[in-house]
Amino acid sequence: MFDNLQDQLQEVFDDLKGKGRLSEADISVAMRRVRMALLEADVSFKVVKSFVTKATARCMEADVLESLTPAQNVIKVVLDELTSLLGESESKLELAPNKQPNVIMLVGLQGSGKTTAAAKLAYLLKREGHNPLLIACDVYRPAAADQLETLGGEIGVRVYRSDEKDPVAIAKAGIRDAIDNLKDVCIVDTAGRLHVDEDMMAEAESIKAAVDPDEVLMVVDAMTGQDVVNVVETFSERVEFDGVIMSKMDGDARGGGALSVREATGKPIKFISSGEKPDSLEVFHPDRMARRILGMGDVVSLIESAVKVQQEEEEAEATERLRKMDLNLNDFLDMNRQIRKMGGVGKLISALPGGDRMMSQGQVDEHALDRMEVIINSMTKQEREKPDIINGSRRARIAAGAGVTVTAVNQLLKQYSETRKQVKKMMSQYSDMSNNSGRGRGKKGKKGGKKRRGPRMGMPGLGGMSMADIKKIQEMME
Amino acid sequence: MGLFSRFTEGLQKSRESFREDVNLLLNRAPKVDEEFWDGLEEALIMSDMGGYSASTIVDKLRNEAVRKGYRDARDVLAALNDQIAGEFVDGGDAILGEDGIVLFVGVNGSGKTTTVGKIAKQAKDAGRTVILGSGDTFRAAAIEQLEVWAERADVEIVARERGSDPASVCYETIERGEQVGANLVLIDTAGRLHTSADLMRELEKVVNVVRKRANMPVRLVLVIDATTGQNGLQQAREFNGALDLDGVIITKLDGTAKGGIAVAVAHYLKLPIVKLGVGEQLDDLKDFDAKEYAAALIGDFGTE
Repeated sequence: MFDNLQDQLQEVFDDLKGKGRLSEADISVAMRRVRMALLEADVSFKVVKSFVTKATARCMEADVLESLTPAQNVIKVVLDELTSLLGESESKLELAPNKQPNVIMLVGLQGSGKTTAAAKLAYLLKREGHNPLLIACDVYRPAAADQLETLGGEIGVRVYRSDEKDPVAIAKAGIRDAIDNLKDVCIVDTAGRLHVDEDMMAEAESIKAAVDPDEVLMVVDAMTGQDVVNVVETFSERVEFDGVIMSKMDGDARGGGALSVREATGKPIKFISSGEKPDSLEVFHPDRMARRILGMGDVVSLIESAVKVQQEEEEAEATERLRKMDLNLNDFLDMNRQIRKMGGVGKLISALPGGDRMMSQGQVDEHALDRMEVIINSMTKQEREKPDIINGSRRARIAAGAGVTVTAVNQLLKQYSETRKQVKKMMSQYSDMSNNSGRGRGKKGKKGGKKRRGPRMGMPGLGGMSMADIKKIQEMME
Repeated sequence: MGLFSRFTEGLQKSRESFREDVNLLLNRAPKVDEEFWDGLEEALIMSDMGGYSASTIVDKLRNEAVRKGYRDARDVLAALNDQIAGEFVDGGDAILGEDGIVLFVGVNGSGKTTTVGKIAKQAKDAGRTVILGSGDTFRAAAIEQLEVWAERADVEIVARERGSDPASVCYETIERGEQVGANLVLIDTAGRLHTSADLMRELEKVVNVVRKRANMPVRLVLVIDATTGQNGLQQAREFNGALDLDGVIITKLDGTAKGGIAVAVAHYLKLPIVKLGVGEQLDDLKDFDAKEYAAALIGDFGTE
């Protein structure tokens, strides 16, 4: 039993790690896990089935990138497929510019978060310069109109309510009220209804016919399971919504339902709603959702920042030095600065698959690098380039200058010399290997050299995820 | 036959659609072959039981089928019924049946307030002295909503204005309960996502206050929406870890959702199911019975 998707895929890729090529059997093992992972993310069974078939076929294709490890190839295929299924571009609210008022109608099951979403939508529109009116059409749930009125009061948006028992009449009167009060957008909040409740579905149809909405949005709880397909299909048939708001995205549900909604109805997800605050309604990004479903962290924005920071020349130079086993303390410093530019160790690690877990378990010391830098800054230029000359009295001076104990300085130097030893050992291995395989020596050397940086930089538990891997993923994304 | 007679609402739909699936299986593959097992796993997954739970159950059944020499799909499905029913633990009846203080917790929109209202009505009709506490001081109009339910059920309610400290509302509710000699105190709490550390801490505080002040056994019930997918297990784990739950109520079983997550929750957390919510009316609350629930999920072939 795995707690979350992240673990599952991690395991898939751990199994594949170190293999040069993927056999059919490997792909099938990986895909079985991907299938299970998607099911645990609440993606609908049928969608999972067709997804796995497609992804397997793509993995079998010859033109998978040779520069990537097998695991990275699988990630790329799975991620690409997911993103394209979720809809490749962002989808926005479509309001008619010359219509007064535009009408947005919200529908959904009980407890999906319609009323909260209505208030958030009103807040969003208000901030965009609109003058919205909320219309409370839920006449069934006790105090539903009170709830909307309270929320409206908090964000300074007027709420139309009535003691009338007929929601269609309330909706119509609400629109008239909007016209009278020069409101340009109406948001009609309707009662929660079950898709199998014939009377209630008919009522939703009547409200829709009465208010002639420009946008009908269905609110879907991100935690919904397999049943989401039945629900959205019926709603799509009866009230033909234009898009979806995924609610409760601030939880840890993977939201696989988003994929099912897309597949079952073809309707786009327009917004995600996460939290109780009025400003927590965001535009939907399919690529981010794909990564969330896969539990992959925000690899892309990490890569974006990596690209900005990383200068190829710098790296080539460092690689060359590494290859000659001429590693000095300036390398430590460079690395730290690059990482800080990317947002620090914390951000770096949490953006990696499995990283959030490590961060939350306290396995990562975010400030280890800063302490290291302080110590190195207290060294002379000569000491940094040739750390071997650092003797006892130099150590004492450095410690005093950095405001740390001599033990800390010793630790740093010990770490340095161990890293150098490892690099040395590995470089000889890699040059053997590259000679045998006939591959470019420089490239292999580069990879090998970089590989050591993970552990060297004091990122315990990173499990081989290093700058080289980030670079690989970056190549993969392009 | 009588076993299923009470189960005409709510789960009926689940059962029918499941039966359709399994019937299809039966027609297509009366023999127990690979296709049958795959189809069975699919049907279980579709009930929101979870990929792992489904494949565990299917694996167990496969072994059993060989060992016990099941002749056809019918035997297997009968065994499946037993197996699913066997996942549930007893003890759900006592939670509302005995005197005590019951707190209802869960994520937003799971149906806590509605459930509290229905339970109040049921207990009141059974001749018990019930008092409600409106511990949801956060959501707009939650208090008003519970007040309407209290009126419908004709029971007393203790409420303060929105934004006040939920722990003190609970304290007051228990005190008032003592004064009027209530033997069932039902406390609604604000919905919160299990991932919100602050809100979970607040709830722990509320529960601590209730436990300290209580003059009767305190029980905690998690309310889960039947449409919830695999995140339901995570919810149950987190709430159980923070509060040490006593039972679970599954709501909204009147749709097409099969509520298979209940099997996973029972399997992993050994929590009994207290009640089932099957609609929005006052009496849309059913007792839980493991055999019935399992039968409702897998269809009643034995009785056809």
